[in-house]
Amino acid sequence: MREVAIIGIGQTKVGEHWEKDLRHLGLEALQAAMRDAELERVDALYVGNMLSGELTGQEHLGALVADFAGLRGVEAVKVEAACGSGAAALRLGYVAVAGGLADVVLVVGVEKMTDATGPEATAALAMAADADHEVAHGLTFVAINALLMRRYMYEYGYKKEDFAPFTINAHANGMNNPYAMFHGKVTPEAYAKARMIADPINLLDSSPVADGAAAVVLAPADWARRSGKPVVRIAASAVATDAVALHDRRDPLVLEGAALSAWRAYQQAEIGPEEVDLFELHDAFSIMAALSLEAAGFARRGEGVRLALDGEIILQGRIPIATMGGLKARGHPVGATGVYQVVEVVQQLRGEAGANQVPNARVGMAQNIGGSGATVITHVLVREK
Amino acid sequence: MGIPSKNWRLRNQRYRLVGEICEKCRAPIFPPRDVCPECEAPAQTPYVFSGRGEVYSYSTVYHPPAGFEKYVPYTVALVRLEEGPMLTAQLTDVDPGEVHIGMPVEMVTRQMQTDGDEGVIAYGYKFRPRMR
Repeated sequence: MREVAIIGIGQTKVGEHWEKDLRHLGLEALQAAMRDAELERVDALYVGNMLSGELTGQEHLGALVADFAGLRGVEAVKVEAACGSGAAALRLGYVAVAGGLADVVLVVGVEKMTDATGPEATAALAMAADADHEVAHGLTFVAINALLMRRYMYEYGYKKEDFAPFTINAHANGMNNPYAMFHGKVTPEAYAKARMIADPINLLDSSPVADGAAAVVLAPADWARRSGKPVVRIAASAVATDAVALHDRRDPLVLEGAALSAWRAYQQAEIGPEEVDLFELHDAFSIMAALSLEAAGFARRGEGVRLALDGEIILQGRIPIATMGGLKARGHPVGATGVYQVVEVVQQLRGEAGANQVPNARVGMAQNIGGSGATVITHVLVREK
Repeated sequence: MGIPSKNWRLRNQRYRLVGEICEKCRAPIFPPRDVCPECEAPAQTPYVFSGRGEVYSYSTVYHPPAGFEKYVPYTVALVRLEEGPMLTAQLTDVDPGEVHIGMPVEMVTRQMQTDGDEGVIAYGYKFRPRMR
């Protein structure tokens, strides 16, 4: 197996892009990544996307994006794994380069959500859950996370306001990210007054529906080392699964798929959680941030919220999360999110994170979750000297 | 909601809580999946659940997906059946403010969704505070 490096990154601002469609968003991110990599040709293109068919009537994104990017003829496919689609596409790109089947691979995550109404987007997102046994009963994705949050509060005795630090941290970090959707501070008072979506989850516990695209270029690490530029290597790429329906999990408050994915990644990278300098986790909802911290070994069971209350998740804390705003403030264009997370880790490892720079960041981890924990993809990136 | 054959296909589990039991490890299974999630043995022997259980967690939905607008607000729950498995269902015949974790509930058959004014009405299980 060959070592793989990320030699280019690109992203569009996350937001409501009324003037841009799916293919132009993808193109913008892809071209930025190609410019960053100083390349013009690639061997393969993997497009991460969840909802293009449902929300825009457009499938077949592999060929479509390749065509509009001037890459007609290239090997190209779309990869879908619900909200984990972006990192799933990266995983396949990694496999292709590591296995020697391709040298330069372009991975782009793209989602166009604002062509649909709110209820349409809500129904579409619920397709990540079990259609016959969850969605048919009127469950939304927010409600699924609300079920988790309520049980978590019940079992461990937390109050609603104890979850506020996740939102406050994400929005504080988003302030300094020009690509983030939101640039506004959130106060504890604003969190306490936010409108209820699905009790106990309020608006500020939730990541926003958004448009966006992000891209990375992969190449053999040996090539990258010869370039003379700082090398960011993919030290681990791991996928794990769990039951799709929450009610089918052994213990809904333990994200077994996330734990399995993280520990596989630690094994590949030959590190433990204590060596990770920053963690871009899947904070689609505050409760997911808490459960992800526990699954990846940064907090014991029931103590993910405690970690946040103790101030350990901020940029100066023990394990900074959502360093560029996370899903909550950067935004959550679902199928693009996994690639955004990795782009942001690369920014941190290159020392290009500006005001949000984690000092001396050398090891960064990104974890992208499909559904309520059914597909979990973890990547560990390492900056070489 | 499309072709009604799906509702028909699910009739035994939706109307009568028919799941399965694993002949090897005796685990009761709901919803039916034909493979035991505990021991991975084939499991296709039908098993009728009592319909009694308790609320494991719940949430009231104010922002529904398309197709559920007219039911808002409604309360969904994870219900732990007394035989062991958990399922997802709406709670009915109860004020959302009275629901609590651990509340004993029982299965009833109710309208789940309608397909416009002239389409098929889908029925299935909901749970209400236990009366029996």
